[in-house]
Amino acid sequence: MADFLQPQTLHAALEARAAHPDYLPIAGCTDVMVGFSHQAQPTGFIDLFGLAEIQGICADDGHISIGAATTYGDILKDPLVYESFPVLSEAIREIGAVQIQERGTLGGNLGTCSPVGDTLPVLLALDAQVHVASSKRGSRLVPINDFIVGYRKNALAEDELIVEIKMPLAPEGTQQYWRKVGTRRAQSISKLMMCVVGRLNGKDVEHIRIALGAVAAAPMRVEKTEAVLAGQALHEETILAAQDTLASEITPIDDVRSSAVYRKEVACNLLGRFLNDLGGA
Amino acid sequence: MKIDFTLNGEQREIDVTPMSRLLDVLRCDFELTGSKEGCGEGECGACTVFVDGKAVNSCLIPVAQMQGREVRTVESLASNEMLSDVQQALIKFGGTQCGICTPGIAMMASAALEAEPNASRARMRELMAGNLCRCTGYQLIIDAVISAAEARRRHG
Amino acid sequence: MTKPGHSFVGHSVNRVDGHAKVSGRAIYVDDISMPGMLHGRTVRSKVAHGTLKDIVFDAAFDWSDITTVTAKDITGPNFVALMEEDQPALVPMGGKIMHHDEPVALICGPDKSKVDAAMAHIDQQVDELPAVLSIDESRAANTLLYGDDNIFKAYTLEKGEGLDEAFAAADHIVEGEYFTGAQEQMYIETQGMIAHWQDESLHITGSMQCPYYIHNAMKSLFGLEDEAVVISQAVTGGGFGGKEEYPSMLAAHVALLAKKAGAPVKIIYDRSEDVAATTKRHPCLVKHRLGLNAHGEIVAADVDITFDGGAYVTLSPVVLSRGVLHSIGPYKCPTLRVVGRMMATNTPPHGAYRGFGAPQTTFAYERQIDKAARVLGMDPVEFRLRNRLNLGDETATGQILKNSVASEKVVREVMAQAEKEPPNDICMPKAVQDVKRGRGFALYYHGAGFTGSGEDRLKGRVAVAVNKQGEFEVRSASTDIGQGAFTIFTQIAATTLGVDVANVKVVQPNTKMVPDSGPTVASRTCMVVGGIVEQAANGLKEKLQAYGESKGLDCGDVLALAEAHAKDVGELAFETTYKSPPGIHFDDQTYRGDAYPCYGWAACLVDVAVDPDTYEVTVERCIHAVDVGKAVHPIIVKGQIEGGTMQALGWALWESVLYKNGKVMNPSMTDCIIPTAMEAPELETIIVEEPYPHGPHGAKGVGEIPMDGPAAAVANALQDALGKSFDVVPMLPETIAEVLKGGPA
Repeated sequence: MADFLQPQTLHAALEARAAHPDYLPIAGCTDVMVGFSHQAQPTGFIDLFGLAEIQGICADDGHISIGAATTYGDILKDPLVYESFPVLSEAIREIGAVQIQERGTLGGNLGTCSPVGDTLPVLLALDAQVHVASSKRGSRLVPINDFIVGYRKNALAEDELIVEIKMPLAPEGTQQYWRKVGTRRAQSISKLMMCVVGRLNGKDVEHIRIALGAVAAAPMRVEKTEAVLAGQALHEETILAAQDTLASEITPIDDVRSSAVYRKEVACNLLGRFLNDLGGA
Repeated sequence: MKIDFTLNGEQREIDVTPMSRLLDVLRCDFELTGSKEGCGEGECGACTVFVDGKAVNSCLIPVAQMQGREVRTVESLASNEMLSDVQQALIKFGGTQCGICTPGIAMMASAALEAEPNASRARMRELMAGNLCRCTGYQLIIDAVISAAEARRRHG
Repeated sequence: MTKPGHSFVGHSVNRVDGHAKVSGRAIYVDDISMPGMLHGRTVRSKVAHGTLKDIVFDAAFDWSDITTVTAKDITGPNFVALMEEDQPALVPMGGKIMHHDEPVALICGPDKSKVDAAMAHIDQQVDELPAVLSIDESRAANTLLYGDDNIFKAYTLEKGEGLDEAFAAADHIVEGEYFTGAQEQMYIETQGMIAHWQDESLHITGSMQCPYYIHNAMKSLFGLEDEAVVISQAVTGGGFGGKEEYPSMLAAHVALLAKKAGAPVKIIYDRSEDVAATTKRHPCLVKHRLGLNAHGEIVAADVDITFDGGAYVTLSPVVLSRGVLHSIGPYKCPTLRVVGRMMATNTPPHGAYRGFGAPQTTFAYERQIDKAARVLGMDPVEFRLRNRLNLGDETATGQILKNSVASEKVVREVMAQAEKEPPNDICMPKAVQDVKRGRGFALYYHGAGFTGSGEDRLKGRVAVAVNKQGEFEVRSASTDIGQGAFTIFTQIAATTLGVDVANVKVVQPNTKMVPDSGPTVASRTCMVVGGIVEQAANGLKEKLQAYGESKGLDCGDVLALAEAHAKDVGELAFETTYKSPPGIHFDDQTYRGDAYPCYGWAACLVDVAVDPDTYEVTVERCIHAVDVGKAVHPIIVKGQIEGGTMQALGWALWESVLYKNGKVMNPSMTDCIIPTAMEAPELETIIVEEPYPHGPHGAKGVGEIPMDGPAAAVANALQDALGKSFDVVPMLPETIAEVLKGGPA
């Protein structure tokens, strides 16, 4: 029978993690439990759901920090998050439905690191940092772009746990756009997600982050596309150039949920829409 | 592994494999067969129960996580044969047909009415989106839940 | 207590099963446990076509508490009896595997997880054969699966003479090709069954639509007499056709396992097995040609229909028949030819699904009718009204419509509703700018009851009885699968007997207790079986009154008579058999005559909004007027219409079953999606009542008709919104994007 550890403090959790690097840390289990009995079982589990020290939302030092074990339901109820990062609230509202949101956690989404993890493009576009900790080596802040490594693969070392996610508050005038294209409106796996965060100075693009999900092995920022826009005046030609670059920068596939052709076309359409909106904002 | 938890108001203890699904433990060990399995992957909501007052899919919960928590199932909605307002409305407005999704619907609707008693129809559809029904087209379910909400408002 | 003479018909009394269902107390098959019960699993083929050489059970695995069954354990004829004896219960050694996920062996044991683990220790040795995976490949007949042409069944329907001349003389010709894909019923309760043997007799309980189909199949498989097989229905969590024929297969499996293991055996499919292996709606290709004259009338029709039947015959010939019979729609057409064929392929057999062939051909003709109106520059609604069948008109089979036609009424009702403000809180598209909107319409009809002389052959029987306790019982094999059969039977019987609904109980179908009222299919339960219930209740009432007179009792109080009879004499039952209404004749050979005793009529209007960036479609409005003759229980009828409407909208826009090499690639609720409450529009449902003189209180069928038309209304609305032709179901955003780019539709 698999071992099941329920540490009551973060310290105990980190100790357990260090002692059992082969154990799977779990929280809301909305991913782990799907098809559980048909998969190879880890030798043990470290249960982090409800661990108070890594729950909750706070604002400090120009950041908003969300504890890794905070459920989506609790994040949705927080006005601070909605006011500062409406795209994060919108993305979370479209994850599964209420029953999933009451269990799923932000840390869980980062831990699983699926190409269709719905919050990941948002965290990428918001320049989030992942606060991870180890009992022996202390804690470190990993920029989200470095944290997401590949297909269901993240930068978490085998003695580390995710503690919290920190997002810098954006300067005045920053616009945020989000769109999940799912197979349906709720309870859906994404065909495509896009998050754009940008700010203009006059007509010129002063800040731009474009991140997508379900278009490559892992959620990604499209830095070449961003480079086409950065510092440029936002008009029709720049938008077209950005769309062109985007089409070659992403590598979507055909699967049971959608086609590569559709994903690419819709990604370009949405980018055009968001950039036009940014220009008109 | 021994798990202590409150089930429908009673303190219970059970010795089980920690990763057993809460749904199986409820149905097999406690013979509470009101919670149904439609998909086993958190899509259909037929297994919806309350854990510490929150509506969740019992097919996605390892029972070990219930240690010290309070679990309520559809069997607890009615008190002494008296159906709850939501249950009565589901009958009256045609919100149940084949009935297999109904326990989950009744649970989620009860949670939704507690959380957002003034929800619009559109919002109620969103709150109920984790419960699939193949019989009704949802219209009569939403009618039932909205009418229960209105009745609660009328009776203060 | 209600006075005699009170009618419960037309009133929405509380559902008889409502309390049990909302409280979680209703007992479905998976809620049943028996002492010593074992859990079974089905070993399934991993190729679409091949010869089964051997099944190898890993010698290193501990099989001591696992019972295994292969075809060798079948002593009788190895077929699941239905229409043809072609589908084995288990593929025999040396026999042909005809589709992916075909049952080849069975196992069971006391520990569910060990049984699951054992599945990985069973190997199949197979010589793979070239597989036939599409309608085109089947028609090419390079690999033969059935007969010398792969055609399970073909029908030709003709009317009038000189079809070529009629087309030559036509002012306009509208031509189109339509493909509709497979659809999963996706009842929320997966298939499940329990069997046990007792003193050489077989007892089966489970989720099902048709207890006597299973009864028949088990008698044949095990060589048993009528009384030695007892089939009882557990509360059933949805069917929609999916639990019409397939449960006989599952019953065979649990019965085989229970026999060999000597203990009760239960099999409950998990969702992936259910989606991968059980029947779905038939994919269908329709080539449809209409000739029109300058006055805007249809003068000729030439229709070619090909269904994909899958690997075995099952009920496919009947599906084909209904598809053919509905392929011209509720329109006048003097000269026509319809050719239909059902092809064999190496996909899991397609089978019954609400509408039974009609939704596929309705999609084609209602697209054609819309295009015809466009060609003529006519309003699509006006064009339909001009060409619709009316009282006294002749259908495609030459049937003269003598009564109960609501073709105009349903259209007028829908158009009147469309004039009104839309409901509050309609479903809105996510996009706010550049949304493309369109409106589509469809008009259609659906024959109620079995085709042609089917009901005469079937001779459905129902008994209404006073049991020993003095309670009234309705005894029929018609199952309540959520559609409310038990409630409407209660209403009809109580009204006829003149007692309260609380005094009437519908017996849970069990072949030992109830006569064969026929299968629960074909929109026949209320119209046909409800009629037999009414007659049987009448017969019982007369017998009770005769008894009362003989005893000098008050014959006005039927309840008191029943109690007196139960006390003094005991049980009293009155059984009666269905008789077709006079003047209904159909020739099965020529396909001429009265195809159905009557038709339901329906019109649907759909407003769509298409997202300019993602091509996602939002159904903003859906108005559906359906003629049901008489709504015995208005809320149940509304529930039937709305459930069917949503399944049709789902089929049109979201639902697809994906196959690769004959295997279902999306066997889960996550990937084989059905709509949630957020996809569903605020349904505007209008019940139209054009009574059928021979139905109980005027009632006719309602189960299937709402499934037929909405998909075409959606496609018509998309054409209105986007100016392109959408001729494939489902119309996924990917398909729409492709059509807009001018690629293959």
